[in-house]
Amino acid sequence: MLSRTASSLYWLGRYVERADFIARLVEATVRLDVLSPTPAGEIAWGSALTVIEAADAFKASGATMGQQSVARFLTLDRSHPGSIIRCLEMARTNARAVRTALTRDAWTGINRAWLLFDGRSSPGGATATMNLLEAVKVETRGFEGAIHHMLKNQATWFIRLGQAVERADNTARLLDVKYHILLPAGEVVGGVVDRDQWTTILQTVSAVTAYRWLYNDGLQPANVIDLLIARHELPRSLAASAEEAVELLSQLARRTGQHGEADRMARARHIRIAKTRSADIIVNGLHQYLKAFLEENAKLHFAIGRQFKFS
Amino acid sequence: MEPPRDAALWGIMAVGPAFDEIMGTAGSRNPRPALGALGDWLDSTDDAELRRRQLSAEATFRQLGITFAVYGDEDASERIIPFDIVPRVFLKDEWDRLSQGLIQRVEAINLFLDDIYGERKILKEGILPDDLIFGNPQFRPEIAGMRPPHGIWAHICGIDLVRTGPDDFFVLEDNARTPSGVSYMLENREAMLRLCPELFRQFRVAAVDSYPDRLLQTMKSVAPEGTGSNPVCVVLTPGHFNSAYYEHSFLADSMGVELVEAADLVVDDDIVWMRTIAGRVKVDVIYRRIDDDFLDPLVFRPDSALGVRGLIAAYAAGNVAIINAPGNGIADDKAIYSYMPEIVRYYTGAEAKLPNVQTFRCREPEALRYTLDHLDQLVVKLVDGSGGYGMLVGPTASNEEIANFRAALIAEPQRYIAQPTLALSTVPTLVEKGFAPRHVDFRPFVLTGSKGIQVVPGGLTRVALREGSLVVNSSQGGGTKDSFVLMDNGPSQSQSQVQG
Repeated sequence: MLSRTASSLYWLGRYVERADFIARLVEATVRLDVLSPTPAGEIAWGSALTVIEAADAFKASGATMGQQSVARFLTLDRSHPGSIIRCLEMARTNARAVRTALTRDAWTGINRAWLLFDGRSSPGGATATMNLLEAVKVETRGFEGAIHHMLKNQATWFIRLGQAVERADNTARLLDVKYHILLPAGEVVGGVVDRDQWTTILQTVSAVTAYRWLYNDGLQPANVIDLLIARHELPRSLAASAEEAVELLSQLARRTGQHGEADRMARARHIRIAKTRSADIIVNGLHQYLKAFLEENAKLHFAIGRQFKFS
Repeated sequence: MEPPRDAALWGIMAVGPAFDEIMGTAGSRNPRPALGALGDWLDSTDDAELRRRQLSAEATFRQLGITFAVYGDEDASERIIPFDIVPRVFLKDEWDRLSQGLIQRVEAINLFLDDIYGERKILKEGILPDDLIFGNPQFRPEIAGMRPPHGIWAHICGIDLVRTGPDDFFVLEDNARTPSGVSYMLENREAMLRLCPELFRQFRVAAVDSYPDRLLQTMKSVAPEGTGSNPVCVVLTPGHFNSAYYEHSFLADSMGVELVEAADLVVDDDIVWMRTIAGRVKVDVIYRRIDDDFLDPLVFRPDSALGVRGLIAAYAAGNVAIINAPGNGIADDKAIYSYMPEIVRYYTGAEAKLPNVQTFRCREPEALRYTLDHLDQLVVKLVDGSGGYGMLVGPTASNEEIANFRAALIAEPQRYIAQPTLALSTVPTLVEKGFAPRHVDFRPFVLTGSKGIQVVPGGLTRVALREGSLVVNSSQGGGTKDSFVLMDNGPSQSQSQVQG
């Protein structure tokens, strides 16, 4: 496989995953906003912007904080590199560049998602926004499905590797921004707002039902942290993402004979997370833990690029 | 036997003054005898239903990304080419005759190129004037003396044809560099099979889906000698911003070969390598979709960012086959075109089976005078233009356009040729109200490998969608149709409407 192709596939995976994550984040925030009194709603949107490091960019855009404006900024604003439309555009550009490595279904999934957005200027009100986001999720799920039906070869693995790295990043950011909600100072734990906030986090990673099955308990902050960091059963947890990166890298190594730094880093991370107890993380500082995780994930990203001669 | 139905009963459309591929000669009231079933189909299928199918095909093309970019039109950077649901049909006899003419022409093109970059016998014998070659920007002195593996230059030719009557086919243009459009041939057929399966039950239509296999065989057959049994073939694209990128990726994909950009290739010690995740892999055959100008900055344009440094040296060393060979522009140049009858006669020893359109070479004073006197009746083209740009269609041009063109022509006559406006054949086409005759041309694809020449039974039919228009280029409002080549001369007579 061409190095350029591998790089495009990997980035395709990252951008699709990112678009999907932002769609979930906006969707969960719309729900939260609807449930909250107005000021809390604004806080919810501000927090959503912080999760994807877009708060400053949003402020610079001059728009006022609110459901319409932030939703538009995060979905359709072409001037914002972190909007869904821009992520889909980047995904599509990468997909076009490696059109030959994709099946027709995989390509049309991306292209259809992009066509949903292309030419739209406003996401509309809450209902219209939800419909649009649902449509994006349908297309990205279609893409995922198509990936799983592609030949089990390097192309699939590079896309999924990009997704795994991106997913680890997204979940860690989500937790990092929201942890003060999980571990509030002063607020009555179990109050109405809390429940909604926690539900928002779980919705963003599609884990509401998983939580109930795994914990069989009311919403407990420690459980939510445990679920998102350490539970392999949840595909968007840090543990599951780390495990998937290891598996994909070793499949690539078996097929291409290329293994090295990235494999070692991914394996060391996986083993460490498997041994981690979430209670210890809380005691030692969740923020510090997540910060270190994000840095390590970024290092893994660059190691992958070196190992497969990207650039 | 049933009496012939009259046009009112068929109710398809009134045939215009030109020959119609389905309805026959001008003024005909019935479909051509072998195509009665197609007439029935058009007649009995609801317009709205056909329109729905047409929209469905176009929606699919958009989803697949079968788009093209229009140069100079920023807003419409990605458009699909309109698709018309009514196919154009070749009867078996017509196709067999055409194929023979095409094979003869492509054989001559290859021999001509081999001669021009080699011994130049055709010049020595005075068949062509020297300055036609040496004064032509399409002639590449840089590659004179080089010979491609197996002596084949034009592996993939697209020969543009027009038709004016039942037996009157003319070559409008030869494309021996990087002819595009084959993806439309294949995708249009896919769409027709899906949307109008009933037609394929009534007619035995030759399949076109073997094209990628044939192309790959052709590529492998011209690999440099000593390459081994499984040469590494690639498609070289300028990148995904190119207007024909979909086709490049489509072809690479359907052949199962890598689609490379120049940056993926590196030449080392006259060997071409591609950069892969597992290191370098030697490349044997390159189907390039990049113009000569941009192929190798060391030999052609030094400012080219698209090219591969050293590629021509590797080619000269006989280590890689380039498809089509560099330098081919000299064979499909419009100035050379007018000499094609002589070229075919010289190399094949026979008269051209496919005639040219009568052509006035404006470089010759008498032809220039005639052209200037008849601008309102002629089509005048830039010798080195393409895509319908730099072209005057006299009968439909305004006085101002004619005046502007006259000035350009007088200033640089050697850059132009002129041709009479032909009554191009039409095919019924779905328009706002029912069907109407619209002018078409045709591009069949001819493959030449070390084991011979083959014509793919199909091609690209382009249709001028505007009433009366003769310009079929996609950049100027043209659309496409599927092109059926029948494996017999129509359905069994009992099923069809029999005339007389």
